[in-house]
Amino acid sequence: MNDSIVKVNDVSYIYSSNISEGREVKALSEINAEFKRGQFIVVIGRNGSGKSTFARLLNALLLPVEGTVIVNGIDTRDEEKVWEIRRSVGMVFQNPDNQIVGTIVEEDVAFGPENLGLPTEEIIKRVADALQAVGISEYSKYAPHLLSGGQKQRVAIAGILAMKPECIVLDEATSMLDPIGRKEVMNVLKKLNKEEGITVIHITHHMDEASMADRVIIVDEGKIVLDGPPKKVFSNVEKVKGLGLDVPQVTELFNELKKEGFQLPDGVLSVDEAVDILADIIVRNP
Amino acid sequence: MSIVIENLSHIYMKGSPFEKVALNDINLRIGEEEFVAIIGPTGSGKSTLVQHFNGLLKPTQGRIIVNDIEVTGSNLKELRRQVGIVFQYPEHQLFEETVYKDIAFGLHKQGLDTKEIDKRIRKTIKMVGLNEDILEKSPFELSGGQKRRVAIAGVLVMNPKILVLDEPTAGLDPKGRDEIFSFILQLYKEMHMTIILVSHSMEDVARLAKRVIVMYKGKIAMDGYPGEVFSKAEQLESMGLSAPQISYLMRKLKKIIPEINENIFTISEAKKEIMKYL
Repeated sequence: MNDSIVKVNDVSYIYSSNISEGREVKALSEINAEFKRGQFIVVIGRNGSGKSTFARLLNALLLPVEGTVIVNGIDTRDEEKVWEIRRSVGMVFQNPDNQIVGTIVEEDVAFGPENLGLPTEEIIKRVADALQAVGISEYSKYAPHLLSGGQKQRVAIAGILAMKPECIVLDEATSMLDPIGRKEVMNVLKKLNKEEGITVIHITHHMDEASMADRVIIVDEGKIVLDGPPKKVFSNVEKVKGLGLDVPQVTELFNELKKEGFQLPDGVLSVDEAVDILADIIVRNP
Repeated sequence: MSIVIENLSHIYMKGSPFEKVALNDINLRIGEEEFVAIIGPTGSGKSTLVQHFNGLLKPTQGRIIVNDIEVTGSNLKELRRQVGIVFQYPEHQLFEETVYKDIAFGLHKQGLDTKEIDKRIRKTIKMVGLNEDILEKSPFELSGGQKRRVAIAGVLVMNPKILVLDEPTAGLDPKGRDEIFSFILQLYKEMHMTIILVSHSMEDVARLAKRVIVMYKGKIAMDGYPGEVFSKAEQLESMGLSAPQISYLMRKLKKIIPEINENIFTISEAKKEIMKYL
């Protein structure tokens, strides 16, 4: 096993639409990226930047028009291995209503493992573990339509977790959750990442989620424009904002204070870090 | 008063094993030209509450009066003209061949003449920050943010006096979000609409609303100015909410600089306050 779970080599993707007389839209152009096993990666970018296309290439829902995507050493264009690829890279989408198939919650979560042909006891255990991981055990006998949007989304995530994937790709899966719901999902993802070594590739518009990652990738107009640890990426406040994105509030505050001529470090992301730095300056110059 | 709610309760599936009290004895008054945000964790009753504003849901108990119309019976048509509700992901409701036809749908139902319809559509499309040339396009060719704005235009074109928006920026990128909020602010300031915004984003609520109502387990848990509500961060957290990141920073700074004003929740205010001590 080598240490990269997904490798993206010179990938371009073009949508051709028949509605408007064969107009082609280049969604991604010559993307290169390598995802190391066990990393927590956040991808951000504007609507239409190509990030969802990028996500769909990672488990062969889309195939590159140019270039290759290699998952666990397998080229995603290899049709015979497509189920193997999708078992190692699970995908959670934005709208839970489009991914729930079961008539009660636990049945829905069992759908994946049942299709893997696992023994019943194993399925029961996986379903229970997955529901517990997303904090929804008490609703296991509910019909999904009786749940709120946030609860449904956690059921969808549990359905992927029950497949025990090596990598989970989440395409804006936290968009509809309330702050604590988001935090719970992020905590689940962090736990799966740290304790089980699952690689997480999380697409989001929430910059606070991006600041928790090991690595942040910003996609704009089908290209990767910034890529690095969150501290480094968010130190480019003007560039990030110029791309139509946000930085965390404290990062922006520090940038505003710097514009006023105060000497402050770049890439401050958390409240605690900001308090320490400000306290230090204020105590030094009483 | 725009909206008067007295002892309103709503119970879903009453008498079934899944009976759920979604609203429990709500009393609330919202004045004309207010900009109110309703926040609360998932399942707290926010959406159930706003669906009473135009009679989509009827009270199980209690009553609700909107612009002097009692929400129970025969006057639903007039009520729905006065209250426009923009639901979550409103673009899922786009269905016509062109943007123009989609926005016109409600107006045709009202029996307006073609000229008046045309005038209103052209005015409304500008109100949501889009160009007239988009009117002849298919709604399905548009970007996510544009679709959302077209869907909102379909509600605005009816000239509602009260505009209710349920998570209008969910799933949009920060720029798309700012575009939506900038025209909502304009509607509030220039068209003098009463705006009721349901949101999960405390940063946006802090920036925009003049009054914040916090729903929790079917009741109103807090109701006040953004400053009052967001100064109670622990209480908000116990309900599964949070305050804007900036207010946490100010509270922690207060421990080091006792004289600093901690009652701050936007970046520009924080900058001014902190500069006094640097």
